[in-house]
Amino acid sequence: MQNVEISIPTLNGWLLGYPVTYLFSNEKLKKATGVVSMQSLHIYKIYVTRYPYVTGTSVIAMKYKDGVIMASDTAGSYGSTLRYKSVERIKTVGDHTIIGASGEISDFQEIMRYLDELILYDKMWDDGNSLGPKEVHNYLNRIMYNRRNKFNPLYNSLVLGGVKNGQKYLGTVNMIGTHYEDDHLATGFGNHLARPILRSEWREDLTFEEAVKLIEKCLLVLLYRDRSSINKFQIAKITAEGTTIHPPYSLRTYWGFSHFQNPSKGAAGTW
Amino acid sequence: MTDLELPTKGGFSFDLCRRNEMLLNNGLHMPPFRKTGTTIVGLVFQDGVVLGADTRATEGPIVADKNCEKIHFMSPNIYCCGAGTAADTEAVTDMVSSQLQLHRYATGRESRVVTALTLLKSHLFNYQGHVSAALVLGGVDVTGPHLHTVYPHGSTDTLPFATMGSGSLAAMSVFESKYKEGLTREEGIELVAEAICAGIFNDLGSGSNVDVCVITKGKTEYLRNYQLPNPRTYISSKGYTFVKGQTEVLSTKITQIQHKVETVQSGDAMEE
Repeated sequence: MQNVEISIPTLNGWLLGYPVTYLFSNEKLKKATGVVSMQSLHIYKIYVTRYPYVTGTSVIAMKYKDGVIMASDTAGSYGSTLRYKSVERIKTVGDHTIIGASGEISDFQEIMRYLDELILYDKMWDDGNSLGPKEVHNYLNRIMYNRRNKFNPLYNSLVLGGVKNGQKYLGTVNMIGTHYEDDHLATGFGNHLARPILRSEWREDLTFEEAVKLIEKCLLVLLYRDRSSINKFQIAKITAEGTTIHPPYSLRTYWGFSHFQNPSKGAAGTW
Repeated sequence: MTDLELPTKGGFSFDLCRRNEMLLNNGLHMPPFRKTGTTIVGLVFQDGVVLGADTRATEGPIVADKNCEKIHFMSPNIYCCGAGTAADTEAVTDMVSSQLQLHRYATGRESRVVTALTLLKSHLFNYQGHVSAALVLGGVDVTGPHLHTVYPHGSTDTLPFATMGSGSLAAMSVFESKYKEGLTREEGIELVAEAICAGIFNDLGSGSNVDVCVITKGKTEYLRNYQLPNPRTYISSKGYTFVKGQTEVLSTKITQIQHKVETVQSGDAMEE
């Protein structure tokens, strides 16, 4: 929140959100200045997301035989504090898409408002067509990119997956507007820790059980090595039949390595 | 009254740091350090330790050396992988290796891993992190197999499996999901190779080939270029032939090499 002084040629421009200038002939100029404001405007509170406050960590997703599976933990961190432990970071959008977000939670809630409105208006047409994951992805991409161009980004990295007309789709978009599709995706730390595993072990024809096992493998590595993750995960899947977001559950961790007991036994001063 | 100029006692002289800062403020661009932008790993298996490393050395965005050696010799039973600034890892491991050799002469015994560890960590702590060497030290001595990581500021960890370098996250994801205690030698080597490959293919700072070093009681095997997963694939399979006569010869001049005979004095008597 900052005091920002903006000089825009017209008041109309401020209301519209972009600069508007009018062209007058010399005789009309005097009359025009009476109608149009030439004063610079003091805008006192522009809410710009400069730093994220409540954040979610990685989301991982991949295509499997029947559709798309997505997983994340349910943590909302406030800096280095674990403030919220039951944040649903994966939501459904319409009938054909699920979206998972990492980054600022409030901006994700705002995105969900935009998307719910989009789906609502689409339903109101009542024309038998429904927006699929590709369309939602494109819409979201436009929102994110335009916000970034106004220096007021939505501080998120999003993963969108869905099935429509038998076609599986998985794409990502982030706060600067970079977007792409792939067979498996991750945000944040997941890119460094989960994608190497997925790159070597993902296959087109994974069954649901195999896909869950693979995703749990990645989630466990993230739990061990990402400081902002917690042991409470949610898995969501979407197939041609519909969406299921499973209730949260925990993974079993293993700490029994013999080297973890008394590590400085042989070497003094080491951990 | 003469000013007593004490001779420098050795160690890093920080005198030029102010000058360097001034130069940087005036817009000087220092050449980038040659870093090893690396994936190095180590793990403990049933009978000993396995160390692994990739072979790419980078200078900013350029690959300076496609096939460098990152697994350094410390003593016949101890090896050390190095990540960070190449000069620093080379120099520090060479220095400690010499110190270990002298120590072996003095004690008459095989070097211990904790000796190397203490020498490395005290040296690095002394230089407060300016010696940019991140090391994975592994070996087998009379007390058993040991694996340690050493960080540039001088802290150390003792671990069953460890990764360092820019590709450490990719390699660690492999270890965290697949490591278990009591691995056999073949499983250990395979896991290390897999972790290095994860670094090679998923990290831009790592690449080229996989080096592996297996250390067990009484025997060390340095498997240089254990895997070559990045061969040149686009050269002509038929090979290239250069037929004589393809290049036009304009003129020929043959100069015989003249053997210059030099008399060498039969050496001076060695000075006492």
